[in-house]
Amino acid sequence: MKKTLISTLALIVASAGAAQADGVLNIYNWGNYTSPELIEQFTRDTGIAVTITDFDSNDTALARVRQGGHGFDIVVPTHSYVQTWIQEGLLQPLDPAIVTDRDNIAPQWRDVDFDPGREYTVPWQWGTTGVLVNTSVYHGDINTADIILNPPPELDGRINVIPEMSDVMAIAIYAAGGDNVCTSDMDVLRRARDMLMAAKPHWLSIDYGTIDNYAAGDILAGIYWNGASMRARLQNPDLAYGYPTTGYPVWMDNAAVLADAQNPENAMIFINYILQPEHAAMLSNFARYANGITGSEEFMDEGMRNAPEIVIPPELVAAGRFSPACPQEIQEIRTQIWTELLQ
Amino acid sequence: MARAPDPDRDRHGWKWLLSAPALVVLVLAASGPLLIVAVYSFLSPGNMGGVAWEPSLEGWFKVFFSRDIFDPENVSWNTANLTVFWRTVWLSIQTTLICAVLGFPTAWFIATRPPHRRALWLFLITIPFWTNLLIRTFAIQELIRGTGMLNTVLLALHVIDEPLQLLYSNFAILLGMAYVFLPLMVLPLYAAMDKLDFRLVEAGYDLYASRWRVLWHVILPLVKPGFVAGSILVFIPSIGAYVTPRVLGGGRTMMLGNLIALQFGQGRNWPLGAALAMLLLILVTVALVVYLRAVNAEDEEKRHG
Repeated sequence: MKKTLISTLALIVASAGAAQADGVLNIYNWGNYTSPELIEQFTRDTGIAVTITDFDSNDTALARVRQGGHGFDIVVPTHSYVQTWIQEGLLQPLDPAIVTDRDNIAPQWRDVDFDPGREYTVPWQWGTTGVLVNTSVYHGDINTADIILNPPPELDGRINVIPEMSDVMAIAIYAAGGDNVCTSDMDVLRRARDMLMAAKPHWLSIDYGTIDNYAAGDILAGIYWNGASMRARLQNPDLAYGYPTTGYPVWMDNAAVLADAQNPENAMIFINYILQPEHAAMLSNFARYANGITGSEEFMDEGMRNAPEIVIPPELVAAGRFSPACPQEIQEIRTQIWTELLQ
Repeated sequence: MARAPDPDRDRHGWKWLLSAPALVVLVLAASGPLLIVAVYSFLSPGNMGGVAWEPSLEGWFKVFFSRDIFDPENVSWNTANLTVFWRTVWLSIQTTLICAVLGFPTAWFIATRPPHRRALWLFLITIPFWTNLLIRTFAIQELIRGTGMLNTVLLALHVIDEPLQLLYSNFAILLGMAYVFLPLMVLPLYAAMDKLDFRLVEAGYDLYASRWRVLWHVILPLVKPGFVAGSILVFIPSIGAYVTPRVLGGGRTMMLGNLIALQFGQGRNWPLGAALAMLLLILVTVALVVYLRAVNAEDEEKRHG
């Protein structure tokens, strides 16, 4: 009897000790973006319990982490913000002893401008912002910004534009002949503004718009993200996602470890975990975007491997461009145009 | 000669301490953040959000004026901001009027029920508060959207041939705001009517006043405090409304709340956002003072006249 008691106690102590060693991990990420399936498996494999907190914009995430005392270990900023995070010392370099599989990153994403040599970040998901249109009503070319900026009568008043200043400004600036979203070329900016102002009366809303609105036909066309567009198409096969030939924004969200992380080691373990093709594929299967990890395709859902929203047609790849974060004085001009548009 | 200490005075000397919790809450929770906003409005925008500690009046300047984007020498009124201001105030006035028109008969109905029934009706008025505002707003969206319930029913009944575009219009914003704020008008109106002496109404009829005259000269003046309180309770939150215009208005046009959020978020100009927020505060305060003065002056006049 006594012996049983002692061994039971020993077991409790041992398991408590194990739980402590396994520890926890706090992830700060965009809402509805982290595959629950992946997190479950990560906890099963490593014993690390994961907590996820949502943010709704890069600016929110940056403002909150700057304040300190947040308790997060991992953050997932968009490429255009990564330099700010690094320069302000908010991230710590990845530990090469734990993050051993950076070679799994596809060559085109391995040495990127916003994080040369991938010292601080690894790819989470990447995608494009293009044009989603209902082809049961519209029969023209889908790879043009004219659908939004100079809409044909059949789409008039049934268009939604996402309220993302940088995406909308980028598409307008490219369509106005600019090749750099942070251009200070006043002629280009003026043309972009005039195009937006002229187009706005033809729009129904400037909202995030739900996938259901597109699927139900309440909205017939809009500026939208590729992953969300794919989810909408799966509900309504008439929807088609186009890449404006004049230019369209490409973005990538990246996972990084915070400089003041409470559990840096667990964070590094997680970073290396999502570099494995089968795990990266789980992220994609949930969020419906590509992940930038070589070999993950074979683990992805059947429908995703050759989805027109995920696989960019070769002749349109060149029109896709990364948008950097603009300097403050340029940003103010862009905000002024945006305010004028929404006044 | 030493006097015995006055026990009363001693007690009074410490009594103010009882208000300490209220003072702490007011100073820390109300004035503190406001002070920060006020200070921020006089600083320069930081890199990628935040503020830089360099004093500047640029934030306040940009509230009212804009330099032409394409010709910086050319300074003019900032019509974009002023348009947003005016729209916000106008929509709030309309909301208050709609709530008053709908709230008066509702409150009257409740106040004229037998006393033991009134509690039930009041209870029904508070039911919307049980559900989160965002969820109720999305429910309205579901009702009036193109393939929503209202359009489906009207189409099935052949009242209309094509779905009505109700969502994403000023109508939708007004509908949503009136729905959200109506209880705030009904409750103070009911409180005023509850105290109404119905013998005065009867006296009016006895003196051969028409129904209209009784309403205009007897009932309305007596329930005026309810209108005043209700209007304040509806107007002020309307001016700061963010969710309802955002969800039902479709974001094509901004309200002040959205403009402020833009500056703190994607616009990355915190000082301008702070200045706009301060201006909103000043506007509301001025509107309140003017309104209350006008109401009081009218009362004074009546008392003397």
